[in-house]
Amino acid sequence: MGKVVLVTGAARHLGGRFVRRIQRDPEVERVIAVDAVDPAHQLGAAEFVRADIRRPEIAKVLAEHDVDTVVHLDVTGTALGGGGRTSVKETNVIGTMQLLGACQKSPRIRRLVIKSSTSVYGSAPRDPAVFTETTAAKSLPSGGFAKDAVEVEGYVRGFARRRPDVAVCVLRFANILGPRIDSPLAEYLALPVLPTVLGYDPRLQFVHEDDVIDVLRLGAHEPRRSTQNSGTFNVAGDGVLLLSQCARRLGRPTVPVLLPAVTWVGTALRAVGITDFAPEQIRLLTHGRVVSTAQTREVLGFSPRYSTAEALDDFARSRGPGLLPPELLAGAVDRLSARLAPPAAHPTEASPLHHGA
Amino acid sequence: MADAKVIPFDDDRSRARRRPARAEGEAAAVRALPGPQQAPGESGKPGGPEGGSEASGAPSGPGAPGASGPGTAAGPEPGRGASGGSGWERRLASGLAFLRRRVTGEYEVDEFGYDEELTDQVLMSLLRPLYEKYFRVEVKGVENIPAKGGALIVANHSGTLPLDGLMMQVAVHDHHPAGRHLRLLAADLVFVLPVVNELARKAGHTLACAEDAERLLRAGEIVGVMPEGFKGIGKPFGERYKLQRFGRGGFVSTALRAGVPIVPCSIVGAEEIYPMLGNAKTLARVLGFPYFPLTPTFPWLGPLGALPLPTKWTIQFGEPIETDSYAPEAAEDPMLMFNLTDQVREQIQHTLYKLLVQRRSVFF
Repeated sequence: MGKVVLVTGAARHLGGRFVRRIQRDPEVERVIAVDAVDPAHQLGAAEFVRADIRRPEIAKVLAEHDVDTVVHLDVTGTALGGGGRTSVKETNVIGTMQLLGACQKSPRIRRLVIKSSTSVYGSAPRDPAVFTETTAAKSLPSGGFAKDAVEVEGYVRGFARRRPDVAVCVLRFANILGPRIDSPLAEYLALPVLPTVLGYDPRLQFVHEDDVIDVLRLGAHEPRRSTQNSGTFNVAGDGVLLLSQCARRLGRPTVPVLLPAVTWVGTALRAVGITDFAPEQIRLLTHGRVVSTAQTREVLGFSPRYSTAEALDDFARSRGPGLLPPELLAGAVDRLSARLAPPAAHPTEASPLHHGA
Repeated sequence: MADAKVIPFDDDRSRARRRPARAEGEAAAVRALPGPQQAPGESGKPGGPEGGSEASGAPSGPGAPGASGPGTAAGPEPGRGASGGSGWERRLASGLAFLRRRVTGEYEVDEFGYDEELTDQVLMSLLRPLYEKYFRVEVKGVENIPAKGGALIVANHSGTLPLDGLMMQVAVHDHHPAGRHLRLLAADLVFVLPVVNELARKAGHTLACAEDAERLLRAGEIVGVMPEGFKGIGKPFGERYKLQRFGRGGFVSTALRAGVPIVPCSIVGAEEIYPMLGNAKTLARVLGFPYFPLTPTFPWLGPLGALPLPTKWTIQFGEPIETDSYAPEAAEDPMLMFNLTDQVREQIQHTLYKLLVQRRSVFF
């Protein structure tokens, strides 16, 4: 008998991709895709059920289809197709509560996978440089999506206590990038000119959407030999990039803004509808965040295919060149060196530029 | 004076030759090794200890201006990486290659945000004039820092502004024969301040917390810590060279858990760069700083008053205190932690007094 997998948040890009991918796995018999709105993309052979996870009907869906694996992807920072912060928070928190309530009643449930985020660690100057799964954040996120994620994880922990027979896998994803991802950070990085916080150069980590799909599948299936897939895991690409480095690789000039003024710039950008500059996003772009993925490698047995830099490269390819493509700058330097190499010149010519680095 | 400089230094050198062997081999092998290993080292420089030590690694290279001409000239050169007559061409090429990597973002930073290339090429070059020409830092016993593997360097802290940490970083960077990099642990204030936090991270500093220190030590890095913290750096001038309390001794348990040696380090000269005569506590509280120094020149002369006094510095790395003989559970034993903390503290204090006695003047 195959598995019946229920996926929430199927109308989103990531949910849609996951639904299409998991139905190809041999051990999966049926896939039930759930969302409150109709998806714009194909879901393949999966059965789409239009249901709002904030309502108790979700319990009926679970029972009707004999679901044994739930993959909860509907924990997101942005609303799909308009809708304010309130409805996002409701879907995240109330939706998770309802879904967990339904799972608790269902005797068939064996496996639960939750998409969380590394934003549960917050971003503060007084935190250790690298977060492990057990690090307690010095300052808990005070609002926004990060707080939702903290609350969602709290409910999931409660559920795991009450139903020890269910394998619960909480995946804390770093910022997801990819050719088709529309997260607030992706929107930010797609701006022609990047406003940055003056005097801060945050460390960032990205995870590619292909890796997200793979690790979700790993969590949804039986654990492979000598690995364990219940618990909490940080998922991020190898390596770290500084924001200034990202901007240069993307070929996008930066405009440093004083920290108090960043909020105004954010509000202005939000007002014209360009991007969502939530306070937590500003904190991330001020202090940055790096997580350790040792647990994911050793216990879950997952190594991402894309490093942080490769995920950014793939994203850059999909978004087209910026105003200052790195190739252009590299070419300029090459021409400079070609001109300088034969005649004499002083090496300090380059040094004023170093200081900006 | 030249003799006084050389004797303790060579003393350290012979000790350092024994050290790596002890780290790798069994206890039995250690007793046997020093003799034969030491011999070639001693016979390798028959032209007198001075010449040999100046040439190899130039540990006291940038030394006193009173030192001999060739010594000071040879000192900084290897550090800069320039070699030979047509060096400028290669430097131009490497400078342009560096520039190319910088503008395209094709360089690596580690998970702490440490930008090794920027540190080597730019940040150290900016600090070097201060180190060589202004404070004329003399380094002793740099061989006590192991050539590979982790080590925790524990130093005294003074001088109102943490210049001593930066000078210690330059000292390790420029003088350690294995070209090791020092990763400093800094106060949380550093990571709150704009610009400062960015530069600190790129220079390889990180927050002084057990998690970060242990992660660095386990990765085999050399970590520098100044356990006195603000108590040491912000103490009044009258209490100079009196070590303050060493926090709660967390650094010892971190070193023990990571199984790395503790290298005590004594810095003489930093105490006098800003003689702190008073502390404007109210102003400090308003600005959110732990103290607001009042020196004979600051803030009376404005920005000019912020210029440090050109004192002559000595940085002495002491003999390492091994911790690998303790079981990991020993880190939970508060009595042992206090004892080890005291041992490190005593050794630093003792060396400070010794160096102060040897010192001719504050400025020369």
